Amino acid sequence: MALRNEQSLITSWIEIGSRVLDLGCGDGALLAYLRRERKVRGYGIEIDPENIIHCVNAGVSVLHSDLDAGLGDFRDHSFDYVIMTQTLQAMRYPHRLLAEMLRVGHTGIVTFPNMGYWKCRLQMAFGGRMPVSRTLPHQWYDTPNLHLCTLLDFETLCAETGIRILERRAVDHVHRSGLGRRLVPNLLGEIAIYRVCRAHPAA
Amino acid sequence: MNDKMEASAGLVTPQRFHSSETLLLRSGAKLPCFELIYESYGELNAARSNGILICHALSGDHHVAGYHDSKEQRPGWWDNIIGPGKAIDTCRFFVVCPNNLGGCGGSTGPLTPNPVSGRPYGPDFPIVTVSDWVDSQYLLMRHLGIDRWAAVIGGSLGGMQSLEWAIRKPGHLQAAFIIAAAPKLSSQNIAFNEVARQAIRSDPEFHGGRYLDHDGSPARGLMLARMLGHITYLSDDVLAQKFGRALQDEELKFGYGVEFQVESYLRYKGLSFVRHFDANTYLLFTKVLDYFDPAAATNGALAAAMAPARANFYVLSFSSDWRFAPARSREITRALLDADKQVTTLEVQSEQGHDSFLMPIPVYHRFMRTALERLHAALPN
Repeated sequence: MALRNEQSLITSWIEIGSRVLDLGCGDGALLAYLRRERKVRGYGIEIDPENIIHCVNAGVSVLHSDLDAGLGDFRDHSFDYVIMTQTLQAMRYPHRLLAEMLRVGHTGIVTFPNMGYWKCRLQMAFGGRMPVSRTLPHQWYDTPNLHLCTLLDFETLCAETGIRILERRAVDHVHRSGLGRRLVPNLLGEIAIYRVCRAHPAA
Repeated sequence: MNDKMEASAGLVTPQRFHSSETLLLRSGAKLPCFELIYESYGELNAARSNGILICHALSGDHHVAGYHDSKEQRPGWWDNIIGPGKAIDTCRFFVVCPNNLGGCGGSTGPLTPNPVSGRPYGPDFPIVTVSDWVDSQYLLMRHLGIDRWAAVIGGSLGGMQSLEWAIRKPGHLQAAFIIAAAPKLSSQNIAFNEVARQAIRSDPEFHGGRYLDHDGSPARGLMLARMLGHITYLSDDVLAQKFGRALQDEELKFGYGVEFQVESYLRYKGLSFVRHFDANTYLLFTKVLDYFDPAAATNGALAAAMAPARANFYVLSFSSDWRFAPARSREITRALLDADKQVTTLEVQSEQGHDSFLMPIPVYHRFMRTALERLHAALPN
């Protein structure tokens, strides 16, 4: 259910027939969906060979690569959209990958778990422990999430690095975005979904 | 039939394709007629859509799977992936593997008679290239009544043929599997080939390539060439694991005989190779490798060379391969991306060096199986 909602929101942002790169594409479900619903062309990038085999089974073109090594195989502006769902926080250098995204793509779509969500804050403030939740199921010692952030953190980074935010959605774990999440997204949003581009396209 | 045969493509008899069409070679030379010896496994379906071409590498031949007779010790060279129920499933696909032109497995080459003189071609066999191989394989495809391969699959020099097929005959294959290959040889690759050639050519038994007239063969030179080649096919790690510094006997002998086990292994590999391989073919095939460079036609721009290709590409490499390292496969991938082609890649974790592509590494074979099952599901019957 959750995945389907995130998918349909992202899908609504993607124009028909566009060229898409999906960073950390997992089993290729999103790309297969976009190909069906939006006739997109493109590739996934994935580090896990088992996921790559799933992608092959789904008929999705996928490149076996480590995103921490950058996107050096891709030319500037060679994609309409570069998508990164629930991957940014697991990167070694998230800010570098964001810059790479917007080098090879015109528009970036990024989703990540919001550490500013009130339940996370409560767990930190009163439990005195690192947050563990449905969207952040790991313990601090085994989490793949190296760089967790809040909506505010992300937006500050965007402002500092010349990234313009075109659209923002803060949703709960089933990707509903109610009135509260629209008014105080950093407190009430469990998952952040952004559409971004370069503030100065020529740069 | 015994157990080992039951798990394989079984007994197989090589067949011959005779072409009376003149083949104009890349070098400008002409072959007035030629023969390719080939093997096939499985059945061609009614729509003739399920053919797979396997392309062999430097030391390979047409005997890729199954057994020639019940006494044969070992099956074909890639039997672990081709057969009923295997990743390249002969219950689904009609799998074809020819011995390439210039080979010594029975196809027209240095060992077969030159129609002009009636004597074996020997060193007079014209230099062929990967594109000449593709042209001859294309004629074989036509002879089999096939218009389009479901897939062309090859490792190493075989992968270069897959790549060339995709560029040269774009309408005649659905998928190209380019495994442990490179878009062209590096200077170091060519250097190794040149040492191998010099080893053969400087053998006193070589006689300018006319050794058959002298009832001999440059066996020492060919053995050296193979020993050198074999080192480049393995990784430092796998040699260390297999042999380390282990000795043949208990103690050092302070002489020049075989002392370390790795020396004995290399000699064994070299000697067994010499028994079934022709030196002129070895010379010729190393030149085929050296000359391969599809981007030469487009001023070095591989992406431009790829422009006509329509196949679905699968580019596979192996982490411990230093002969055609994963970085060389990425050169192919990058060109395919620039040319906006369908490409999927896998870099397999392995320890066996370049030879990894011949090993039954589970994730590698599952990848191949999945890709081919999907391909098969979409074929017309």
